[in-house]
Formats: sequence, C-alpha cells, structure tokens
Amino acid sequence: MLNEKRKFLVIDVLLIAMMVVPLVFAMVLKVLTTPESDGVNITGALIYFTIDMPFNTSLPITETQVNSWLVIISITGLCLYLTHGIKEKADTKRQLAAEWIVEKCDGLVGENMDKFFSNFAPFIAAVLGLSAFSSLMSLLGLFAPTSDINTTAGWAILVFILITYYKFKCGLPHYLKSFGEPVKLLAPINIISEFATPVSMAFRHYGNVLSGSVISVLVAAGLQGLSSMILGKIPGFLGDFPLLQIGIPAVLSIYFDVFSGCLQAYIFAMLTMMYVSDGFPAEDYEKRRNKQRKAA
Amino acid sequence: MLELAIGIILGACALGAGVAMIAGIGPGIGEGSAVASACEAIGRQPECRGSVTSTMLMGCAVAETTGLYALVIAILLIFVAPNRLVDILLTAVA
Repeated sequence: MLNEKRKFLVIDVLLIAMMVVPLVFAMVLKVLTTPESDGVNITGALIYFTIDMPFNTSLPITETQVNSWLVIISITGLCLYLTHGIKEKADTKRQLAAEWIVEKCDGLVGENMDKFFSNFAPFIAAVLGLSAFSSLMSLLGLFAPTSDINTTAGWAILVFILITYYKFKCGLPHYLKSFGEPVKLLAPINIISEFATPVSMAFRHYGNVLSGSVISVLVAAGLQGLSSMILGKIPGFLGDFPLLQIGIPAVLSIYFDVFSGCLQAYIFAMLTMMYVSDGFPAEDYEKRRNKQRKAA
Repeated sequence: MLELAIGIILGACALGAGVAMIAGIGPGIGEGSAVASACEAIGRQPECRGSVTSTMLMGCAVAETTGLYALVIAILLIFVAPNRLVDILLTAVA
C-alpha cells in the first residue's frame, strides 16, 4: 500500500519536472546564447546551427523550433499530470480540471461545427493549447514561437490541407464545381480566396503576437532611456539603475502576452472550426452516402 | 555619393513603413462599429452576452486582418528591406 503511494508520488514529481524542466532549459539556453547588446534590440529567431541537407539546401535549427518542441514537451507533461491516477468517479482537483477542459472543448466543437465533426475536439484542443502556451512563453522572457511566421504558416497550411480534404469528401467533380459557385465567371476570385484563407490565418496570428513583442521592447527601451535621463545625474549605483523599468512594462505584458495571446489562440481555433465546417458539403455528402447504400 | 544613396534608401523605407500603417485607420473604424453594435445588442438582450461577445471577438479578428497586412509590410520595410537594398546597392557599385 505504502509502496504504491510512493510510486504514485514519484511519478507525479517526474511529470511536474517534465512540465518545468523544458521551460528552465529554454531560459538557460536563452541566457547562454543571446549576444550581448545595449538599447533597442529587435531581431528574429536566433539560428543555433544549420544542418546540411541533400539537394544543396540547409536546415537551420532556430530558437523557434527548439522553443516549440519544448512547449510541446511541457504541454504533454501537463496533460499526463492532469490525467495521472484518473478514476471513474472524480475525486481529485486535477481530474476535475481535466474533465472541465475536455467538456469545454467538446462543447466548443459541438457548438461551432457540423455533427459530422464530433471527433474533432482533440485536434481543436491541441491547436488551442499549443497556440496559447506558445504565446504565453514570452511571459518568461523567451522567444515566443508564434512570433515567427514559419510556425503560424505551418499551422495554417495544416488547416488548409484539412479544409481541402473535407471538401474532397464528395469527389473531385463536386470539388471543382464548388469553385464556380454563384457564377462560373467568379472562378478565379474563388481560387484566390481559397489561397487567401491560410495566408490571412498565418498573418493574423503572427502579426498580433509580433506587434505585441515589438511594442514591449520599444517601451522597455524608452523607459530605460527616460530613467537614465532623470536619474543619470545621481552618481554611483543609483544613476545606472533603470527605476522606471520596474512594473510599468508588466502592465503592457498583461495585455499583449496574456490577453492577446489567448485571444489569438481562441480565434485561430474558431476560424479552423468554421472554415473546416463550412467547406464540408454536409447535405451533398449525406445524399451521396444514401445513394451508395441503396446501390449496395 | 554612396552615403547619400544609402540615406535615401533608409529614409524611403521608413517613410514607406509610416505610409503603410495608414491602413490602421480602417480596422480601427471597423472594430469600433462592431463593438458599438455588440454593446447595443447586449443592452437589448443581456442574456445573450456570451455568444454576442464571442461573435464580436471573431468579427474583430477578421476586421483586423487588413491592418495586420499593413503591419507585416511595415515590419518588412523597417527590418528587412534596408539591409537587402543596401546590399544590392553595394554589389552594384562594386
């Protein structure tokens, strides 16, 4: 009995370590690799090293990739921690939290998508969690993976493939016919709008997160200059002390990192659901299946 | 002469970024009117506050897109274009 309890505790501690260690590792990596500079410093993701690939190309391993993998490991740890020791009847706080999350995601998908997509909740929850936690990484002073266009563009391309896959469910002729929807003359515009979907999704998420981080850096640098202007005449330690930088950037951080990051995650998930659900021709699919059943 | 050319490149990039961000007016007006309508709707029917708010946030996000296109172009003009153009200029001179 005691042995089992101890085992449970040990696994708990390991899972908490799985949540925390990647973030600590990312912070250590950031401190070790950031080149020293003063004043305003706005750059993209650092390139740690590049791997030579065939066909004369190279694969750069950047801060973005490393940080997103660390976020994935951390979220996996969180999920495993919440569902560790799960029972049929909820009696622990973490199980209640896990059930609450699952119920909310099921409800969100049920509200916004067709009945056909009732098994979409895990995917939507994964998009929401990954996007929100990636944006929240900037709270720790790390490079948020979502402030790199490559991350959001990757997700948007994934969503585009999903949309196209579900449009193909009624066969190629139906898919091609959907481009000439109101009038056949509008087909080029329909094709453009088809490709505008992933582009706008990628740019929306990227632009919101990036603009927040750029403004945060500018305000922090401005406050440093202001405090050195005011306190600079005092000799010694106090003269260099950036007094105004304490606290004031945190207010901006609450808006740009917490509110905007979570809102963009929500919007990305909502748009994914709406585009996939709208693109799927539910009635035609039903008709087609009934016809096939009759023929069989 | 080379300094003048580089100066013109930097100045034109900064001006272009500033002009591009005029597009921020549109989303501002659009989101303002969306939020105003949402407030009216909540005032009329306070019980659908939740669904009105989430629909409003969605609409705001879609209205914001054009402004964000301008933002991306401005960021490209500030952080990417000057280096590229100066490199092109220097290779052309050499």
